[in-house]
Amino acid sequence: MTTTPLRPRHRLDHLDLLESHAIFILREVAAECSRPVLLFSGGKDSAVLLHLAVKAFAPQRVPFPVLHVDTGQNFPEVLAYRDEVTSALGVRLLVARVQDSIDRGRVSDPGPLGSRNRLQSVTLLDAITEHGFDAAFGGARRDEDKARAKERVLSFRDTFGQWDPRRQRPELWQLYQGRVNPGEHLRAFPLSDWTELDVWQYIERERMSLPAIYFSHERDVVRRDGMWLAIGPFVQPRADETVERRRVRFRTVGDANCTGAVDSEAASLAAIIHEISLANVSERGATRADDRFSETAMEDRKREGYF
Amino acid sequence: MPLTQDLLRLATIGSVDDGKSTLIGRLLVDTRQLFDDQLDAVAAASRQRGVGDLDLSFVTDGLRAERDQGITIDVAYRYAATPTRKFIIADCPGHVQYTANMATGASTADLALVVLDVAHGLKEQTRRHLCIAALLGVRSLVVAVNKMDTVNWSAAAFASVVDEVETIAGELAFASLTTIPVAALWGDNVVEPSGRSPWYTGPTVLEALEQSDANAWTTTDGGTRLPVQWVLRQPGGGRTYAGMVNGGALREGDLVTLLPANVTTRVTALHSPTGPLDQVDPGLSVDVALADDTGAGRGDMLAGNPLPTVTREFSATVCWFGERPLDPAQRLRLKHTTRVTPARVTRLEGVVDIATLAVHEADQLTTNDIGLVTVTTADDLVVDDYRDNRVTGSFVLIDDVTNATIAAGMIGHAAFL
Repeated sequence: MTTTPLRPRHRLDHLDLLESHAIFILREVAAECSRPVLLFSGGKDSAVLLHLAVKAFAPQRVPFPVLHVDTGQNFPEVLAYRDEVTSALGVRLLVARVQDSIDRGRVSDPGPLGSRNRLQSVTLLDAITEHGFDAAFGGARRDEDKARAKERVLSFRDTFGQWDPRRQRPELWQLYQGRVNPGEHLRAFPLSDWTELDVWQYIERERMSLPAIYFSHERDVVRRDGMWLAIGPFVQPRADETVERRRVRFRTVGDANCTGAVDSEAASLAAIIHEISLANVSERGATRADDRFSETAMEDRKREGYF
Repeated sequence: MPLTQDLLRLATIGSVDDGKSTLIGRLLVDTRQLFDDQLDAVAAASRQRGVGDLDLSFVTDGLRAERDQGITIDVAYRYAATPTRKFIIADCPGHVQYTANMATGASTADLALVVLDVAHGLKEQTRRHLCIAALLGVRSLVVAVNKMDTVNWSAAAFASVVDEVETIAGELAFASLTTIPVAALWGDNVVEPSGRSPWYTGPTVLEALEQSDANAWTTTDGGTRLPVQWVLRQPGGGRTYAGMVNGGALREGDLVTLLPANVTTRVTALHSPTGPLDQVDPGLSVDVALADDTGAGRGDMLAGNPLPTVTREFSATVCWFGERPLDPAQRLRLKHTTRVTPARVTRLEGVVDIATLAVHEADQLTTNDIGLVTVTTADDLVVDDYRDNRVTGSFVLIDDVTNATIAAGMIGHAAFL
């Protein structure tokens, strides 16, 4: 215990309650499962999740490793952030590479500009098997997508890594029940009840750092599928596309070739919070090509073992 | 938007086709909680399935099977916010075979939003769900009497359904009841007052939700309880005990009793996620330093007065979700607070008849039945009656082989049974 002055008692607001609930879930799963892991992409949601994990077990170290499923199609700012944060917090970083899955013939190579988004599920499930993880924490939120809105906080995966939305375990009160048989595992979502706005308000309250691409900056982009895609190693302009230099930021962080930027002047957390309070397009709708394959793109990928 | 919003958790209740999902869809659309692309997607899915231009139930019925069949299979969680309150909405399924999913949604609710079809009144399935909500300790009801347009906004038709609702709400001892005539499809009295019901002067659905008690789920005026989740080793030696406070506030200097060991000691420091505090309220995750080395571990409980009961046998009300009937010989696992112990349901005292709330003797407890039982455990549990504390009064039963959750239990019996 420290000797910091005591703060006066205050009325618990929604961020206090969401934070305490998430910490409760982190501690329950860490206590009941023998080999948990925290999935970390370097995006804002997994950054909040890791921040909460540090709080849940302080002053001890986080009692489980952090796993990055690396598609090889990352924004360099996000990789730098990943390395900086995990090293500053003293957590063990494991990296599972989609390239290794391609090299081993587990999945086929979509080519240098093709999306590796869907291949991640195989790499993730292989890593879970290889390390014998029985629980994987994820930063998914129920407000992100209509399939995620249906998922339990502790979500059961069978020996094939599949989610069966028609046969979810009852999950009453805060009695999170984490028992699985060998080969099965759980996904645990401590941020289930957080919204995009809650996440940003919390990042501001906690004065957390984030990858620079979340804040407004100038970048060369092309218009594709109704989104601004950043020109880089994984996105090259096609014959009919014009490269423009614009002030943009990213509302979500995924692969560089399926995550779009939005026009934005928001260069601070306060400006971002103001911007998304007024937004009329959802964060995934605005920026994620991977959700646009079909009406049930997320449900289909989740059934296969996606995040 | 100010940072000091409180949080209200609500669950929807009602029978199939009475319009629960449509009402939630309408509430979200009319409070502008849905983004343009989400509305566009609902419209596209509606047209593709030939169910009109905008089927509002698709806002929450997000699974492929749900849209194909036009039903709700599992709980959808949706979020809404007004300047002073954040809402977590559990849109629960109405079909009897998905009762476990409904109970999942209602178990953490402060309030139940009941949706009825004015032409059909109170169906058996709605009675069942009201009964489960009452058993789960939901205290407040907001009842939307829906499809008022189909009875030409007849005040008499509304009054007749209200009579039925008042009777059952009285039998089940709900603490508050608000009844509102609505047409969810058109939005009347959902967010905006309707011009078609001049005889109705009460709140809209949104107003009723904004005015109800938040955080009613959490007991705040009982004995303080802290089930130990995790023991933290401090630098330089010493241990602190991490968990979520419930029942009542915990203060620095409080005398607490470690149970089941029955050792009394004093709280010397409290550390919350935002730093040290001299007092923490229920719902906050903390870690606690104690004056003495008590040897406490996960599954133990720190408690203030009045103290809970230490026991290996107790009476309880259970909602049975297992696919196979209750078997008194079957070895189960029971999870109560942070403790898991081998257990058996040793006696079936009776089964509740949903229609009459009478308890009948029975020799079988089958899927979706509500039963009164005796539970015996291998290890000591530290319990309160569920009516006094929803955290220390609740448990789940787990199949020892499949690990499925096969029952939800509440210690003691509701007064209305």
